[in-house]
Amino acid sequence: MAYTQVLIAGFGGQGILFAGKFLAYKGLLEGKEISWLPSYGPEMRGGTANCSVIISDTPVGSPIVSNPDILMVMNLPSLDKYENAAVAGSKVFVDSTLIERKLTRQDVSAYYIPATKLAQEAGIPTLANMIMIGKMIKETSIVSFDDITDGLKKVVSAKRAELLDLNLKALQMGYNYEG
Amino acid sequence: MSEKVLMKGNEAIAEAAIRAGCRHYFGYPITPQTELAAYMAKRMPKIGGTFLQAESEISAINMVYGVAGAGYRVMTSSSSPGVSLKQEGISYIAGADLPALIINVQRGGPGLGGIQPSQSDYFQATKGGGHGDYHLIVLAPASVQEMADLTAHAFDLADKYRMPTMILADGTMGQMMEPVSLPEETTSKVEKPWAVTGTNCEREHNIINSLYLVPEQLEKKNFERFEKYAKVEENEVMYEEYMMDDAEYCIVAFGIAARVSKNAITAARAKGIKVGMIRPITLWPFPKEAIAKAADKVKAFISVELSMGQMIEDIKLAEECRKPVVLCNRTGGMIPDPEQILKTIDTLIGGNN
Repeated sequence: MAYTQVLIAGFGGQGILFAGKFLAYKGLLEGKEISWLPSYGPEMRGGTANCSVIISDTPVGSPIVSNPDILMVMNLPSLDKYENAAVAGSKVFVDSTLIERKLTRQDVSAYYIPATKLAQEAGIPTLANMIMIGKMIKETSIVSFDDITDGLKKVVSAKRAELLDLNLKALQMGYNYEG
Repeated sequence: MSEKVLMKGNEAIAEAAIRAGCRHYFGYPITPQTELAAYMAKRMPKIGGTFLQAESEISAINMVYGVAGAGYRVMTSSSSPGVSLKQEGISYIAGADLPALIINVQRGGPGLGGIQPSQSDYFQATKGGGHGDYHLIVLAPASVQEMADLTAHAFDLADKYRMPTMILADGTMGQMMEPVSLPEETTSKVEKPWAVTGTNCEREHNIINSLYLVPEQLEKKNFERFEKYAKVEENEVMYEEYMMDDAEYCIVAFGIAARVSKNAITAARAKGIKVGMIRPITLWPFPKEAIAKAADKVKAFISVELSMGQMIEDIKLAEECRKPVVLCNRTGGMIPDPEQILKTIDTLIGGNN
């Protein structure tokens, strides 16, 4: 029975909470038990932001993720803070445009994705978060990539339908990224 | 029950309240409950309801007092410092025997405290809070689904017993999203012949009041109210027993503390330690009998709280100090983790051998 704990961290404005919400909704559509818990308060106003997402076949206990199975970090302070919190054998996704150092641990699998650079080059500078999520889905199968648009429709407001295709593009870029 | 949607706990309370027939909301913004007020601000004007951001929490609760007296389902929401400000009004509402719902999405205190989750308003919520002899029915949700379900239940209880009810949540419960099936729209209408709705010169005046200058009359009123409270204690206790069948150690925890405790129980049982939990859903009335019954078979109780230890007093009263009760706590916006709970249990076992 899978019980997967995800921690997504970066700074305010990178779409950290949005990325977590997308994962949660996709999990819900697949009939999983899920929880999503954001950091709130001063973090939202420009400091660090993080969210805990749990996707599970069994009911979720504590919604707080202290020791993630999957860690996604989009700035250096987040890697510094959470690198040692990840469980042994976990998968760690690093935005290597914004984080120049490598992981110091050897007992986790690290994936370095220049997501911010890729997003800028593709003309979707605000969607580095979704490139990271695409790669995460590819490497962890935490949710299925099938019917991925259904998950997006739950988090992209119908009034901003033009963003749907851009988010999809970002997810596909991440999913297909080899590096 | 409808299709499951993802909602924040704060939003689930708001939508459930609307579906329970609440059309009047009065509040004042404060973290971490603001999404609730924001949801009401968006929805109420579209359904012919009232959303009013008052000039202060004190005004908001007095507006609740007024609308409750007119016989409508009404609510307010706030977080700890704001709920302290509302206490005078809550006491008046209790003294006038009016149904109303108060939401407290707790944050750390005392004083302005912080904005992170806490359970340190337990005393305030369960022992009265304002002045005078009174109680609120206090419900403690431990999931977004319960945030919705207990909101509907709280309105029903308030009307059934003509008394204010409170949802005692915390920052985590308010902020987290989980799948929720929203309750169906209430269609039944509760008759409130006592409400001040205008007499049309066809009946005697109804009077909503909490002032009784003749002590004999006030005492009589208080005795009557406590007869009502006795019925609440007899009929409305709610709790969940989790893995208690063979438990040797009993965690007592509510809200987010109960969620964390479930992880600790899973981990403890993996190590062969038989731990279970009694999770009070009503904090007042407190599940005294369940605790007393558990005291016959467990070796000790662990009170897991986000406070310096408040509910632990009610546990000790309920089990009459027959078994040790230890505290496992964090406070000020911090949350105990499963390891801390496990460590507390290990210490207990060490002490028993």
